Amino acid sequence: MTPHDANPNRQTHLPIVPPGEPHERAHPAATREDITIAPDGRPLAEQPAWRKDFPIDWPRDHHNSRRDFTKFLVLTSLAFVVGQFWIIVQNFIRRRRGRPPIVKVASLSALPVGGVVTFKYPGDHDDCVLVRTKDDALVAYSQKCTHLACAVVPSLDKNSIHCPCHEGFFDLATGRPTAGPPRRPLPRITLDVKGDAIYATGVEVSTA
Amino acid sequence: MKRRQHYNRHQRTTIIYGILCIVVIIVVLQLWLLTATMNAFLGGDDSVLWPAAFASLGCLALNAGLLWYLYRMERS
Repeated sequence: MTPHDANPNRQTHLPIVPPGEPHERAHPAATREDITIAPDGRPLAEQPAWRKDFPIDWPRDHHNSRRDFTKFLVLTSLAFVVGQFWIIVQNFIRRRRGRPPIVKVASLSALPVGGVVTFKYPGDHDDCVLVRTKDDALVAYSQKCTHLACAVVPSLDKNSIHCPCHEGFFDLATGRPTAGPPRRPLPRITLDVKGDAIYATGVEVSTA
Repeated sequence: MKRRQHYNRHQRTTIIYGILCIVVIIVVLQLWLLTATMNAFLGGDDSVLWPAAFASLGCLALNAGLLWYLYRMERS
């Protein structure tokens, strides 16, 4: 037999308080604040902490749930701060990486006007697309859409770059978004032509 | 000597609702701040990163202060 069972005031069921009756009549230890009467009859202040977190009456339950939701939101707020500092760490890593290498990506003679070549730059997982728009004009962009990183496709007849996933469009000459959900321009690959060779020399990103 | 104010449960619930509304607004502000900062970072603009991080930290301090007040009120 536990001390709890030995308590003569212990009740197996909650006392029903008639509407309009003061709570003191339900149990002498209860105050007007206590709607929930614990099975052992003692006031809530003397109850274990867990019983305060699992109330029976609605007003106290509303009180607890709003308080706990506020606590959850403050934790969310902490997560956002962690996210902000994570971006700073990523920026630090990006700065330390320095300028990307100069890499030969195509031959000018093998690329006719209107021709398209895909290549990887600066990393092996960074797909890019090179387009010869005129005899003396070359443009290259990252192939990842700035909306959700789908592969974009150049469309020379419309003078645009098309993202088929969510119908995003970019201007072929500048890489700026012209329609659809993307808000940032495509990262531009800077090019250098030496003789017959086309070299990628860097990546330019911008917000507008 | 400063006396601590005692509220009944109904009053405390009203205060919690008020604090909850303020916290929700601040958290939405932080969400906007995070998305704007991420957009700037991906666009190569790193001038806003530290100010945005400190602003977000300030919001967290405000939220934590409100939560601390709420728990202090619960204890009283």
